[in-house]
Amino acid sequence: MTELPTNTQKKLGLVIDLDICVGCHACVTACKGWNTENYGAPLSDIDAYGEDPSGTFLNRVHSYEVQPSDGGCSQTIHFPKSCLHCEDAPCVTVCPTGASYKRAEDGIVLVNEDACMGCGLCAWACPYGAREMDMAAGVMKKCTLCVDRIYNENLPEVDRVPACVRTCPSGARHFGDLGDPDSAVSQLVADRGGMDLMPEQGTRPVNKYLPPRPKDRPAEAPLAALADVKATGIAGWLDRLLEKL
Amino acid sequence: MHPAPSVIVFTVLSGLGFGFLAYLGLGLAAPVGATAFWVWALGYAFAVAGLMASTLHLQNPRNAWRAFSQWRSSWLSREGWAAVITLVVLAPVALTAIFLRFPSATFGLPGAALALATVYCTSMIYTQLRTVPRWNLWITPVMFLGFALTGGAILAGLKWPAIVLCLALAAVLAASFVLGDRRLAESGSTLESATGLGRIGKVRLYEGPHTGTNYLMREMIHVVGRRHAQKLRVIAVVFAALLPALVLLIAPGGSLWAIALAVVLHLTGAFAARWLFFAEAEHVVGLYYGAR
Ligand code: SF4
Ligand code: SF4
Ligand code: SF4
Repeated sequence: MTELPTNTQKKLGLVIDLDICVGCHACVTACKGWNTENYGAPLSDIDAYGEDPSGTFLNRVHSYEVQPSDGGCSQTIHFPKSCLHCEDAPCVTVCPTGASYKRAEDGIVLVNEDACMGCGLCAWACPYGAREMDMAAGVMKKCTLCVDRIYNENLPEVDRVPACVRTCPSGARHFGDLGDPDSAVSQLVADRGGMDLMPEQGTRPVNKYLPPRPKDRPAEAPLAALADVKATGIAGWLDRLLEKL
Repeated sequence: MHPAPSVIVFTVLSGLGFGFLAYLGLGLAAPVGATAFWVWALGYAFAVAGLMASTLHLQNPRNAWRAFSQWRSSWLSREGWAAVITLVVLAPVALTAIFLRFPSATFGLPGAALALATVYCTSMIYTQLRTVPRWNLWITPVMFLGFALTGGAILAGLKWPAIVLCLALAAVLAASFVLGDRRLAESGSTLESATGLGRIGKVRLYEGPHTGTNYLMREMIHVVGRRHAQKLRVIAVVFAALLPALVLLIAPGGSLWAIALAVVLHLTGAFAARWLFFAEAEHVVGLYYGAR
């Protein structure tokens, strides 16, 4: 049913720490791996070894450079992006077939691939580019928040988190219930001033981003020390001699 | 947005077909007997051809029938229902005109209203998208209805209404270009708001997430050269509105040749305008890719 639940008590989602992410793309690979072998149609690649490779991914990492307005040092920020499991998910309400839905029990936004007709309208409705049509299967793919891991009792408890969170080597990704103000993720958001992406779009995303801390000093130029070497011995004598000439 | 031929053909032809059917339902063109057969068939043909074209856009058409299920929330679903109901409700009107030589004006009104409602639903599929600021504007439904009413009036051979509607359509198109050009800025979405990094300063894309392309970029990021766009805008207004009006003005009333010529000119302009409608529309996801 593509009407949205009025309110979901539980709001499962991710908190992504832009201060920590190093842009390694491990989460991208882990996501593709898990979701190719599990829930729904595999994430295909088209022309993978050819001239013009492209494929379906549910998580992508952009890298941005920010120039502070006060003229300080510019910062490079790696920016992972996947479905934000919005509370006012426009991708759900536009879907004509009922394939897209938001779960009342935990707020996860999913696509029932058996009902999807591949019209692509939901991908048009998402501001974040979080939905991609799989060109081999002809159905819409999106982040499932690893719904087949987080409740999966066949997995050891430590693995019952989304694949991207489990794999992130730097600890930049957190998973939890953002509907519960006392959860670790909600605390983190409160402490660090977690933010919404494109709030003007009115989607009320569940996933939050923790802003990077400003760079307090410029990175030292690694070759600066070399420019200042004082020559000693014969080279030093030559140096002084040449200077006098 | 990628100007896919299937959606362009769908919106242009079904718009024209339903616009024409609205006039037939209202009895503003009231053929009877054999003429009625051909005239109604033409209206149905345009409407149905457009609807068929729209299914070419689907990656998984097996499930197309499910599109009727979500009329409570989805404009695409409502559009499907409105189209089918219109065609069903107008069928007895057409049949009585053909076989009983009974003028349609008496009971064609609901069908005519439904035909226009269908066009409105089609326009709302695009208008509702906040992600495409250029479409997310009151003038989008006005423009779609303007095309349907103008094309329908030309086909129905209503000389003066068609001329007036042509001039109105020219104005609506021009206004949609002017208003549309400001929309992305008005929407407030920028790379800074998209990344939340605006609080630090000016953001630029340093590296994309991948070296190749992807579905999102193919579908949502389409850049038309400015000069190219200006030329097409002129072509759209001249062909869709000004030339048909001129042809109808100088041709003797009721000349079928004049109507046919005006329709061909109008359709040419309508296709140019609809191509631009897609090609010029900026999707905010392009911001993440440094595209605007
Ligand atoms: S991020 Fe996009 S796909 Fe995910 S819920 Fe929000 S609008 Fe829908
Ligand atoms: S592509 Fe599938 S999930 Fe998306 S709107 Fe169309 S039918 Fe619904
Ligand atoms: S795995 Fe972690 S550090 Fe690497 S790109 Fe993803 S979020 Fe960033």
